Amino acid sequence: MRTHRLALAAAFATLLAAGCGGTAESPAAAPSAPASSAPAGPVTLTYWTWAPNMDKIAAVWNQANPDIQVTVSKQAGGDDAAAKFLTAAKAGNAPDLVQAEYQHLPSFIAADAVADIAAETAAVKPEFSEGLWGLVTLGTESVYAIPQDSGPMMLYYRKDLFEKYGISVPKTWEEYAEAARTVHKADPKVYLGSFSSKDPGWFAGLAQQAGAQWWSISGDAWKVGINDAATTKVADFWGGLVQEGVIDDQPYFTPEWNKALNDGTQLSWPSAVWGPGVLESNAPKGKGKWAVAPLPQWNAGENFSGFWGGSSTAVSATSKNRAAAVKFATWLNTDPQGIDLLVKEAFVYPASGKGQAALGEPPAYFAESQPDFWQQAATIGSSARGFTFGPNVGVTYNAYKDAFDKALQDKSPFSASVGTMQDTTVADMQKSGFTLAQ
Amino acid sequence: MNRRPVGALPTGLLVLGALYCLLPVSWVLISASKSPGELFTLGTLTPGTGLLENVRELDAYRDGVFWRWMLNSVVYAGGGALLSTLVSAVSGFALAKYRFPGRNLIFNVLIGGILVPSVVLAVPQYLLFSKLGMADTYWAVLLPQILHPYSIYLARVYASAAVPDSLLEAGRIDGASEGRLLWRVGLPLMVPGMVTIFLFQFVAIWNNFLLPFIMLGDDGKFPLTVGLYTLLAAGANQPSLYNLIITGALLSIIPLIALFLTMQRYWRTDLSGGAVKG
Repeated sequence: MRTHRLALAAAFATLLAAGCGGTAESPAAAPSAPASSAPAGPVTLTYWTWAPNMDKIAAVWNQANPDIQVTVSKQAGGDDAAAKFLTAAKAGNAPDLVQAEYQHLPSFIAADAVADIAAETAAVKPEFSEGLWGLVTLGTESVYAIPQDSGPMMLYYRKDLFEKYGISVPKTWEEYAEAARTVHKADPKVYLGSFSSKDPGWFAGLAQQAGAQWWSISGDAWKVGINDAATTKVADFWGGLVQEGVIDDQPYFTPEWNKALNDGTQLSWPSAVWGPGVLESNAPKGKGKWAVAPLPQWNAGENFSGFWGGSSTAVSATSKNRAAAVKFATWLNTDPQGIDLLVKEAFVYPASGKGQAALGEPPAYFAESQPDFWQQAATIGSSARGFTFGPNVGVTYNAYKDAFDKALQDKSPFSASVGTMQDTTVADMQKSGFTLAQ
Repeated sequence: MNRRPVGALPTGLLVLGALYCLLPVSWVLISASKSPGELFTLGTLTPGTGLLENVRELDAYRDGVFWRWMLNSVVYAGGGALLSTLVSAVSGFALAKYRFPGRNLIFNVLIGGILVPSVVLAVPQYLLFSKLGMADTYWAVLLPQILHPYSIYLARVYASAAVPDSLLEAGRIDGASEGRLLWRVGLPLMVPGMVTIFLFQFVAIWNNFLLPFIMLGDDGKFPLTVGLYTLLAAGANQPSLYNLIITGALLSIIPLIALFLTMQRYWRTDLSGGAVKG
């Protein structure tokens, strides 16, 4: 009797699971042809974003544009936001406008969830740097979003402690490794920095700097090259330092890491332009002691950076008010008033070149130690290399976390983890039916 | 009464268990008292000085949206648990006290339902509610949580133990209708069990994250769990609001504690156990 009951239950569960799978995979409501013509009467647009105070920014717009009312719904950011938007798009409930991180935009495009707004955005293209524009076109003729904020990477370091340990700001990664050894030798409790196995975006940015191209599109086919020479070089560099024990392996944004930044047992952080917010909240004691410099280079004399983070404003494919949505997105990201609000209210580093140039006062955290913070950022930002993200970045990023966690645990070479990322990514794309170029 | 030495081991185990359960709560309590500057500098168990400031900041955050989330959570958990308890009690009573064709099949299917984690169902439920045009409404979070197989199972077990057949039989002989038997005899006897189910469901819905996360797009309808998550995953370009999140977490467990303390007195079993004895 008991086995009978269990068997029935199991069968029921399988049935349910099968049912769910079927539902989830059934084709989404085909995106209806959006009406590009200006609609009559006031339209209401919904906007999913996690940027702080976006409701206040929308209120300014709503005041001036009674015909186009924007309702902001503040969402949780990150990978979950992308998954939620994709699910909503599949079910036909997508908002008109959505904040899309650059690395997730290709998955939106692959799911036909965002509209191609090339025609409406031709005029604003010169506002953005080549590298950023590439992130919203994927190197094609289409335009899938308007860049909102950007995250060029630079080296944050403790000025005072660098002096104390007698190290100069590393110009190359070789010098960085040397400095790591010096610091750790002087005080075994102190590290120059940390390798984070939990922040694939960080690693991707460093790989970009080295010239990696993880994905590219040729014709109809995707090419995946995560285990290329540049990425392997970056992985082996950090793997070597971790193996040597001269660099910490604490993931970023953990309480332990925060503490290390705060009490000065970690001296530097290769991060992005949005770093001041993190430092301010996690290392309040370091105020006025941190400075920025360009990332160390792979070859002396070069000047390259990469992007970590940043997002864009996309219009969903099913939006019935596409023209109005593009109008708002354009205002938000290219109009001086919109950018000004983005900077002051949402604390973003604007993607627009004009907006970046208009930044004056440094973040309060850097007022003493790096008064020219924004000028530094603009110079470094212009050296950031372009990159194309693939349609399954989530899978690749998860593979990064798993593989590098394992490498840290087993003390195995980091280059093998890069190979795992490549294999996992390719397998997933094949399974999802993407055409892959050899 | 002399304590037997053998009692030390179970007591020790229970104390360990209590510590295990209370430690995280005290961590939340202590951390909520720390100002942003103290959060990562003070020792883990050293209380800080910023509790009132944290609460004030949380209260001011986006014009007090936290209280709106709290209210939403009360609506979802209170309404959902109440409806769920009624549905479970009536179904449990029926399954325990009536013999009808298909009874075992229904019960087995319910048992199977217990084995399916509700997490698995969230996405299909979302797609269903979208088809009905009910996604992003209060109902989208309330309705799926009303039918809860485990609660029905509990109610059935409780009804078969707490409602004696002879009592129902006596009622029938006195000419009570079946509906009257349910309302005047069955349900009153099941109250302790129903309180248990209510508390279980209330806590489950209060803590539920995935279903409202998927169902709701409008942040004005978020419950606390999803609302606090928007503070946590707020993008990297601004300071994370850890102090607000921890304070919010602390405030969000207060209603649960209050509920348990007030409902405890209804939790008296065996009171009616003597109805047919003696």
